[in-house]
Amino acid sequence: MFYRESGDFKSSYAADQQTFPIRFDRIAVGVVLVFAFLVVPFVIDDYWEKSILLPFLVWAMAALGLNILTGYCGQVSLGTGGFMAVGAYAAYKLTTGFPELNMFLVILLSGGVTAFVGIVFGLPSLRIKGFYLAVATLAAQFFLVWLFNKVPWFYNYSASGMITVPERSVFGIAVTGSGAPSWATYLFCLVFVVVFAMIARNLTRGRLGRSWMAIRDMDIAAEIIGVPPLQAKLSAFAVSSFYIGIAGALFFTVYLGAAEPTEAFGIDKSFLVLFMIIIGGLGSIFGSFVGAAFMTLLPVLFKNIMVAGFGWPTDLVQHIIFMLVGGLIMFFLIVEPNGLAQLWRVAKEKLRLWPFPH
Amino acid sequence: MSPEILNTVEVVLNGLMAGVMYSLVALGFVLIFKASGIFNYAQGVMALFAALTLVGFQTGQVPFAHLINVIFGTDYHNWSNGINTVLAIILTMLVMILFAWLVERLVLRHLVNQAPIILFMATIGLAFFMEGLGDLMWGANIKVLDVGLPSGGSFWLEDVTRGWASEGANYYGMYIDVLDVWAAGIAIVLVIALMMFSQYTKTGRALRAVADDHQAALTVGISLRTIWIVVWSIAGFVALVAGIMWGAKSGIQFSLSLIALKALPVLILGGFTSIPGAIIGGLIIGVGEKLFEFTIGPMIGGATENWFAYVLALLFLMYRPQGLFGERIIERV
Repeated sequence: MFYRESGDFKSSYAADQQTFPIRFDRIAVGVVLVFAFLVVPFVIDDYWEKSILLPFLVWAMAALGLNILTGYCGQVSLGTGGFMAVGAYAAYKLTTGFPELNMFLVILLSGGVTAFVGIVFGLPSLRIKGFYLAVATLAAQFFLVWLFNKVPWFYNYSASGMITVPERSVFGIAVTGSGAPSWATYLFCLVFVVVFAMIARNLTRGRLGRSWMAIRDMDIAAEIIGVPPLQAKLSAFAVSSFYIGIAGALFFTVYLGAAEPTEAFGIDKSFLVLFMIIIGGLGSIFGSFVGAAFMTLLPVLFKNIMVAGFGWPTDLVQHIIFMLVGGLIMFFLIVEPNGLAQLWRVAKEKLRLWPFPH
Repeated sequence: MSPEILNTVEVVLNGLMAGVMYSLVALGFVLIFKASGIFNYAQGVMALFAALTLVGFQTGQVPFAHLINVIFGTDYHNWSNGINTVLAIILTMLVMILFAWLVERLVLRHLVNQAPIILFMATIGLAFFMEGLGDLMWGANIKVLDVGLPSGGSFWLEDVTRGWASEGANYYGMYIDVLDVWAAGIAIVLVIALMMFSQYTKTGRALRAVADDHQAALTVGISLRTIWIVVWSIAGFVALVAGIMWGAKSGIQFSLSLIALKALPVLILGGFTSIPGAIIGGLIIGVGEKLFEFTIGPMIGGATENWFAYVLALLFLMYRPQGLFGERIIERV
């Protein structure tokens, strides 16, 4: 039915290299984008914005970043929360220090600052790998959170130690602060996510992405055939931290509004993003989105069913969600270590061949 | 002696005691890693779970009371006024063995031959699951664990050390928690017992054989599955001891599971495959972070204990990636 490739022949280099080579994919992505940009902003309300769409977009961004590092380059990182904190504090210092700066630029610069920090903490990856690297990134996580707690310059010497975003607008419409309309914050995040998902998709198909994957599959062999590990690993750290920094900046400025490092950027956030990419699929851009959707929607869904439906107390439901998430992680690793994205790939193969089994 | 030196000695001693606690957790990691090559992130949560279960039995709580009450509208909390501590410890150990069996049966068996990092992530999932299960079974409130170990400062030591200070110095003696001393003693006994077990019993020999070479062990007729259950049970036992010690020290609460994270740098320092390494690594980290906090901490704002261990491990890794006592890492294409 779908995915008929006959008649989808390529007659130019441009057609051969396009991001989505199959027509059905192109149409599907187009429809989703049109829906996201032209329909959702008109129907969005405060509940959907605050508890579903914004978290989804922010975590999708973070998952994209971590997937570049862990899924494509094979370097396990538990420092995501710390890097998000860098993005958030960079955004805070930029918005308060330069009130005239455009918000898009603020977010991008925060990503740039985080990329720099990421390179510094990525340096050990040249000598250590696997679990050892995971522990090394824990150093980044705890050190960065401690730093933002202890150095008053980062939170502008405020008495509470919290950072609060000032109200800023883009094209005359507020996107941060309590007065920002739902559709504006949503579109602001959506623009970043869509643009950077496209960039990630193309990066991973290109020379850089291939060098990452070579390092992931076997670093010594990659080095021997001429992939420079220094460049490949540090660029993966830089790009990944850039994405995570943007996610952190959006998380703080648009979604939270006010933050305190231990609470908002703790080690649990690092694990959350790691779970997203495991469930979604390591080494898959689409998987990052599916994983983020899964991990943000599942708790909301269960809360709605059990608290609203059965009338159970929230703390009990919280424990059950913990169990479910843990159980699902194990289930996925056993049944489908490549995540939900792999299920989709299999389904796609089947659709291509349908109605013939082989 | 001047009070400064005595203060430093006190800090070092307290660091050693804290290090023993880290070693206790790291020990469980090493056992499982040696026997199955699995880096068990859930070790900290196992300690939490064991401690929760122990208190549950001790005070005679009904498991899943909260859930049952909500579903059936009943009001059960306790089925008795509690049972003897020794009996409760034995029962908890049985629960941990059952847990080991279930983990092998439901998770590990299906993940044989997967990459180590996949197994690691599976244990993170396991940790989440057990965290939820522990709270669901016994409730999430902070509990007090009392197994009859003495605690509090030692007056005897304070009196003795006060005499060491030079005449007229403003010094009030050293403060060392008696509980920490007990913990150190128990840890020593535990390590000796584990060594004896692995050297002189048949199962212990089988364990070492599996640690040495999985396939060779299989060919001489050692059942990997049984060994895994045994190892996870022993790790459960170590977790129980660690849980009792930590629980008696600071109450049983969620943060107990975070000691698992502290055990990671300990392992990196000591090497993943060495039991003495786990002990010495723990002591180094314990003394190191206390001394750092004591000397440099005040200059840079304090609370350095949160990150010092990780940064130390990070720097150490640069020079010796296999740890102090670990086996040399050889890579082949």
